Amino acid sequence: MPQLICRDLALGYEGKTVVSELSFTVNAGDYLCVVGENGTGKSTLMKTILKLKTPLSGEIQINDGLSANEIGYLPQQTVIQKDFPASVREVVRSGCLNRCGLRPFYNKAEKQMAEDNMEKLGIAPLAKSCYRELSGGQQQRALLARALCAARKILLLDEPAAGLDPNAAAEMYALIEKLNGGGITVIMISHDVAACVKYASHILHIGAGSALFFGTKADYLKSEAGCAYAETGEKT
Amino acid sequence: MTAIMDKLAFYFQYPLVRYALIVSVLIALCSSLLGVTLVLKRFSLIGDGLSRVAFGAAAVAAAFSLNDDFLMVIPLTVICAVLLLRAGQNAKIKGDAAIAMISSGALAGGYLIMKLFPKTSNVSRDVCATLFGSEKILMLTKTETWMCAILSAVVIAIFAIFYHKIFAVTFDEDFSAATGLRAKVYNSMLAVVSGVVVVLAMNMVGALLISALLIFPALSAMRVFKNFKAVTVCSMLISVICATLGILISIVAGTPVGSTIVVVYAAGFFVFGGAGIITRRG
Ligand SMILES: Nc1ncnc2c1ncn2[C@@H]1O[C@H](COP(=O)(O)OP(=O)(O)OP(=O)(O)O)[C@@H](O)[C@H]1O
Ligand SMILES: [Mg+2]
Repeated sequence: MPQLICRDLALGYEGKTVVSELSFTVNAGDYLCVVGENGTGKSTLMKTILKLKTPLSGEIQINDGLSANEIGYLPQQTVIQKDFPASVREVVRSGCLNRCGLRPFYNKAEKQMAEDNMEKLGIAPLAKSCYRELSGGQQQRALLARALCAARKILLLDEPAAGLDPNAAAEMYALIEKLNGGGITVIMISHDVAACVKYASHILHIGAGSALFFGTKADYLKSEAGCAYAETGEKT
Repeated sequence: MTAIMDKLAFYFQYPLVRYALIVSVLIALCSSLLGVTLVLKRFSLIGDGLSRVAFGAAAVAAAFSLNDDFLMVIPLTVICAVLLLRAGQNAKIKGDAAIAMISSGALAGGYLIMKLFPKTSNVSRDVCATLFGSEKILMLTKTETWMCAILSAVVIAIFAIFYHKIFAVTFDEDFSAATGLRAKVYNSMLAVVSGVVVVLAMNMVGALLISALLIFPALSAMRVFKNFKAVTVCSMLISVICATLGILISIVAGTPVGSTIVVVYAAGFFVFGGAGIITRRG
């Protein structure tokens, strides 16, 4: 059952095209990894799917009654004011807001979920710390916990492993795999080709010079783009 | 000390003085709540800009001899607030430049209109009173008192109901919008509230000093506290205490209300700045 269909998308900024002729389908329960070189438009694609940007042309169809408040999102970069006073707990809880609807406050279950997700990502002891005074990796974990709180049907992650130490990254991948097993669709941008090949069900490759590939993991490994890219990934 | 108490007791016999104090505390509460968000959104100067728009609108209302100039000033200010705050994200003219443009334009236009259609013989005094605050807060009409009280109550209620959403939209607008929060709606709501609060606060301290009311409590609280809840609560307390103190001092010492209040706010900021340094060391 397709949850998300992109047809002939062209993406870009101020009329300047970054990537075009992008077509793919994501079914409920899929684990799609988006790979490709720096600056080929992966983050732009994710923002377009999230309706933070409008595509230059083409259409994005969202099916299956998927509404915005069932989406979890981990941005690649969060521009947060240097002096923003916010505790980790406040940040993580804000991920639950899309479950609240018109209710002004968090209920018990939502507060508990925030605690659980902090626990899972190993930042429970930091709950009261000031977000902006954390290390880069700790901040990434807090934002991941927030994304997990928000995700009910689909989880979009823009380089979730960036800044995580190897153990934390492995735990994070395991956690996401478990969520995916529970029926949550995952779309993940990553430069960690080994992890993509290990966990993904489908792969979207946005290469330099608009070399595109979309298909299942098995097909990808057989394809030219896949071979070349996976090899460079193994070398590093 | 007893002399001071006697003097205060004397003044508080008058309902007008009591109303003035209540209305001031409410306005102080509103502006401190709004101030936290504005400071964090980097819109600290919007108070300045909007107050000059309100000044211009008040001049126009006076030229038309409107009695309740609230009815004209609030809508005009709110419209400018919405334009400024919404344009802030992706306008061709960036936020601070747009604010500078609107504020100087409105100030000049307002002064011109006041000069061309003078209401009283002493225009300079009128202008000075609107800019630096007069004893207006002590002379509110009954309608104005009620308007102020109701509007402040509405603003406070909005912040109570949407507290978490306002936090989320201020902290990370993209995430909020992506995960189904209507960030644009909340931004517009904040803009409307800014317009209303600025007009209300003009009664208290005058157009030129409004920024102080918005900015000082938030900045003071941020010296000491590092989470949103504590900062919000603390800046509310600071604001209420400073506004009350300022009014009492101005009554006792016979100083201008607006400037006295602002000086007390500034003093509060230095107290908290010092406290911040001590807590970080200790
Ligand atoms: N705000 C912007 N305005 C104009 N151009 C932009 C903007 N953001 C990105 N671009 C351009 O769009 C292209 C794609 O950017 P994008 O962030 O989508 O790359 P990416 O595939 O996510 O790269 P990375 O692997 O480095 O994260 C880049 O060439 C960049 O120069
Ligand atoms: Mg990117």
